[in-house]
Amino acid sequence: MTELSQIRNFSIVAHIDHGKSTLADRLIQLTGTVAEREMKAQLLDSMDIERERGITIKANTVRIDYPAKDGKTYVLNLIDTPGHVDFGYEVSRSMRAVEGSLLVVDATQGVEAQTLANVYQAIDADHEIVPVLNKIDLPAAEPDQVKAQIEDVIGIDASEAIPISAKTGLGIPEVLEAIVHKLPAPKGDRTAPLKAMLVDSWYDSYLGVVVMIRVMDGVIRKGDRIKMMQTGAVYGIDKLSVLKPKMVDIAELGPGEIGVFTASIKQVRDTRVGDTITHEKRGTDKALPGFKPAQPVVFCGLFPVDANDFEALRDAIEKLALNDASFSYEMETSAALGFGFRCGFLGLLHLEVIRDRLEREYDLDLITTAPSVVFHLHMKDGEVRDLHNPADMPDLTYIDHIEEPRIKATIMVPDDYLGDVLKLCQDRRGIQMDLTYAGSRAMVVYDLPLAEVVFDFYDRLKSVTKGYASFDYQISEYREDTLVKMSILVNDEPVDALSIMVHRDRAESRGRMMCEKLKDLIPRHMFKIPIQAAIGGRVIARETIAALRKDVTAKCYGGDATRKRKLLDKQKAGKKKMRQFGKVEIPQSAFISALKMDG
Amino acid sequence: MDDWQQGGFGLYLHWPFCASKCPYCDFNSHVVASVDQAAWRDAYLSELRRSAVETGGRVLSSVFFGGGTPSLMQPDLVAAILDEVRRLWPRANDLEVTLEANPNSVDSGRFRGYSAAGVNRISMGIQALNDEDLRRLGRLHSVAEARRAFDIARDCFGRVSFDLIYARQHQALDDWRRELAEAAAMAVDHLSLYQLTIEDGTAFGARHAAGGLKGLPEDDIAADMYELTQEVLDTAGMPAYEVSNHARDGAESRHNVIYWRYGDYIGIGPGAHGRLTLAGQRFATEAPRSPQMWLDSVQKRGNGELPRTALSGEDCATEYILMAMRLREGADLRRYEALAGKPLDMEAIRRLEDMGLLGRSRDRIAATASGRIVLNAILREIVA
Repeated sequence: MTELSQIRNFSIVAHIDHGKSTLADRLIQLTGTVAEREMKAQLLDSMDIERERGITIKANTVRIDYPAKDGKTYVLNLIDTPGHVDFGYEVSRSMRAVEGSLLVVDATQGVEAQTLANVYQAIDADHEIVPVLNKIDLPAAEPDQVKAQIEDVIGIDASEAIPISAKTGLGIPEVLEAIVHKLPAPKGDRTAPLKAMLVDSWYDSYLGVVVMIRVMDGVIRKGDRIKMMQTGAVYGIDKLSVLKPKMVDIAELGPGEIGVFTASIKQVRDTRVGDTITHEKRGTDKALPGFKPAQPVVFCGLFPVDANDFEALRDAIEKLALNDASFSYEMETSAALGFGFRCGFLGLLHLEVIRDRLEREYDLDLITTAPSVVFHLHMKDGEVRDLHNPADMPDLTYIDHIEEPRIKATIMVPDDYLGDVLKLCQDRRGIQMDLTYAGSRAMVVYDLPLAEVVFDFYDRLKSVTKGYASFDYQISEYREDTLVKMSILVNDEPVDALSIMVHRDRAESRGRMMCEKLKDLIPRHMFKIPIQAAIGGRVIARETIAALRKDVTAKCYGGDATRKRKLLDKQKAGKKKMRQFGKVEIPQSAFISALKMDG
Repeated sequence: MDDWQQGGFGLYLHWPFCASKCPYCDFNSHVVASVDQAAWRDAYLSELRRSAVETGGRVLSSVFFGGGTPSLMQPDLVAAILDEVRRLWPRANDLEVTLEANPNSVDSGRFRGYSAAGVNRISMGIQALNDEDLRRLGRLHSVAEARRAFDIARDCFGRVSFDLIYARQHQALDDWRRELAEAAAMAVDHLSLYQLTIEDGTAFGARHAAGGLKGLPEDDIAADMYELTQEVLDTAGMPAYEVSNHARDGAESRHNVIYWRYGDYIGIGPGAHGRLTLAGQRFATEAPRSPQMWLDSVQKRGNGELPRTALSGEDCATEYILMAMRLREGADLRRYEALAGKPLDMEAIRRLEDMGLLGRSRDRIAATASGRIVLNAILREIVA
C-alpha cells in the first residue's frame, strides 16, 4: 500500500486530436513505466475502432511511479476517460475516481465544444485543473489567445498553463511536477469498512471479466469475499493487480488507490459502472452516491442484408451485449426488411461503434434503419408508454399528448460559418439559448429536439462549416410538442421501415423531401410508381416514378449469348439483394438515404 | 430430335481485320499493316475440315462472313472457303451466304468477285446518312461514297441490307425522322437500326467514363427514337422482326435467325463463338481473340478453339429465352421447359400480360411492341 500523501490520481480532458493519447504516452515513457521497445503509439486506446476514430470508448488506466524532484517517489494513477458525450455517465464516474485533471488544449486550435462538456464534468467532481497547452512547437500556435480563451470560456485561471509539445516531449517534466504539487492527494480511511467504486469493466479472453476500481475507504485484498451493492452479487477476488499498463499483481489496495481485479464474473453485464463494492461481511451499508443504470436514448433497427444471416446476427448481438450493459436489443419484424433487432444505444457514436463491430468482427452485412429516439406517449387513460419505433405508434384517438427528449447542444464555430450553423439549428426546431464570442470563434448553445439531431445533424454541421465546428450535447428534459407519425406509401402500400415521427409543422416539407428522394433512389420499374407521404389517412406529399421507357440491348448475336446469359444470372442474384415490397423493389440504401436532409 | 434442330444450322467465319478501328465498336477487330491471305486461307480451310468431322451430314442453311471488315478479304479467298464449304456439307436449296462490307470505293470493287464466289447477300455498315456524324463515328467513307457502293451492291447481289446507328451525339428526334425517311426509301428489303451503345473497352467508353462524349440524347429521347423507328418502318412495310432488325416478309436474315431461334452454329476465326450439340450435349465454343494466337493454334495444333464449355440444361434454357424473346415471333414455353426442366415464372408472365408487355397464344409468348423496348426488364422478371 501507498501513503495517501504520495498518491495523485488524475484524468486528462481534451478534444479529439488535441493530443491526449500522445501526452499519456509521453508520461508513461518518461517515467520508464514501459520499456522503450514495448512502446507502440497510443498505448491506451486498445480497440481497433478506438484507434481508427481517435476516440476512447473504454476507460483505461495506468499506474506510474514517479520519483519527483523533492526526492520522494509518487504513485500517479492516470485514468483515460471516454472522450465522447455518448459516454457521459461513464466519464462522470471516472471523474469521481480521481482528484484532478490536466486540461489539454491544442494551442493552434483553441477550446472545442467537446472539451467543455468534459471540463464541466471535472469541475462538477471538484477537480483541481491544470491547463496544458499542447503543440506549442507548431508555427500556428497562439498560446496567449488560447490562454485568454480558456479563461473566458471555461472560467479557470490559465496564467500558469504549461506549454508543451507531446510530440517532441517538450514540457513533459514540468507536467509531472505540476501533477505532484498542484493536484491534491486523495483522502480516505484505511480502518473504515471497504468502499470502492466500480469505474469500468471489460472482458478479457484469458482472464474473463476484469473490473477496475477506485478504493475510497478500507482495504481490499486478494481472496476477499466482496459484494456488489447494486446487484447484491457476491464474489471472491481471484486476482488483484495494478496496470502499468500491463497487469502487475499486488497484495492489497488501500484508500486512494486504483487497480483491477478478477473474480470469476461471467458477464460484463453483471457489473454496473458506478456501483459500490464492499466486503460481504462487515461491509458498509452506505453506497457511494451517483449511481445510474444505463439508459439507451437512441434506437434503430439492425437487419441482415441476407435474411439467412439472421441467426448469425442474433449470436453476434448476444455476444456484444455480454460486454456492453449499456446496449439493449429486442427482436423486431419489419414487413419491408424481415427479421432483425431493435437496438438501443447511449448515443450516435455508440450506435456506430456497435454497428461497425458487428460488421467487422462478425462479418455481417447490415441494413441500419434511421435512428429514432424514445418518445413518451401519454395515453388518455393516464398510462405513459415509451415509443421506441414509429412503426409501433398506437391509434391517435387513445393518445392525449406526446413528449420528446430535448438536448442542450453546445456548438463552437469560427465566425464565418455562424450564419449557416444558426440556420441549421433553426431548421431543426432549435431554440437559441446563448451566443457568445471568444476571439473569432462563436459559442452557441441551443435547445434542440434530440430527434432532429440523431440522424444527420452532425454530418450536416460538419459540411456547412467545412469541418471547423465542434459539437457536444447533453440530454436536458422531455417536453410536449405536436408530433405525428408520418408514413410513406410506395405503390399504395405503407413501408414500415420508412415511417418517422415528425413535428406537425414540418411534416409537409419532410414528406415532400422524402418523396423526392425516394423518387431518385428507387429505380424505374415497368409501371409507374406513386410515392406518398401520409399522416393517418391524409396524403401530404406525392411523387411519381415514371415507368421505365427503354431497357433493351441493341445488339445480340451468336457471340453474345454467353455474356448476356451471365449478365442475366448476375442480375438474378442482384435481385435477391433488393427488398421486394409488393411489386416494387427497393434498394437497401434507400432506407437510410431517404431520411437524410441535405440542403 | 435435338433441341438445336428447332433453330437450324449455320456457319460463322470471323475476319478480324479493319482498315481502322471505329470508336464505338467492341467487336474483335484489329488494324494491321498487311495480312498474309494465303496463310489465313489455309487456316480457315483446316478449321472447316475439322468442324465437318463433327457435323458432317447436317444441312447447312447459312454461311456468314463477319468481322472486322470481311470486304477486305480477296475474292479468291472467299471463293476458296465457299468451295470447301460446298464440298464438306449438304446445303439447303436457298443457302444464304452473307458478307459484311464497308461502303467505300475500294471494297465495292470486289463485290462482283464475291458474287461470283457464291456470296448472295451483302450487309453494309453505312451507319449514318450525314457526313459530320460519319466523321464522329470514325467512319472513313462519306454519304455519297456509301450510296455509290450501295448501288454497286444492288447490281451484284440479290439481297442487300445496311446498318445505321442512331441516338448519336447531338442528334435530335427530327434529325432521325428525316434520316429514317431517307433510309426507308433507300432500303431494298432489310435494314438494321441500332441504338448507339457505349461499351466498356472502346474509345467511346473511355471518353464517356472520363465525362466526355457530350450531347448524347437523354433516355427519354432515345426511347422516342426507338418508337419513331418502329412507326416509320412499319409504314414502310419493313416491321421489326427482331429488336433492331427490320425486313419485308421473307427477307429476314436467315443466319441471324439461327442465333435467335437458338440453333447450332459453327464459329471459325479469332474470337468466334459457336454452339454445337454433340451426342445430346450442347457446348459453347470459343476461339482466342488474338489473330496471331488463333493462326498459330491452327497451324501448330490443327485446332483454333479454346477448351469447350458444356452447357447445363438451365444455361441452354436461359440462352434460348434471352435470344428468342428478341424476335417478334417470341419463344416456345414447352421448349423452354424441356431445356430447363422447369417452367418459366407463369405468375410473372401473367402480370406482364396484364400490363400489355407480353402476348401469349397457346404455348408461345412474345413481347408486344411496348414490351420489346423494355425487354431486359421483362427477362429479369420471367427468368426466375
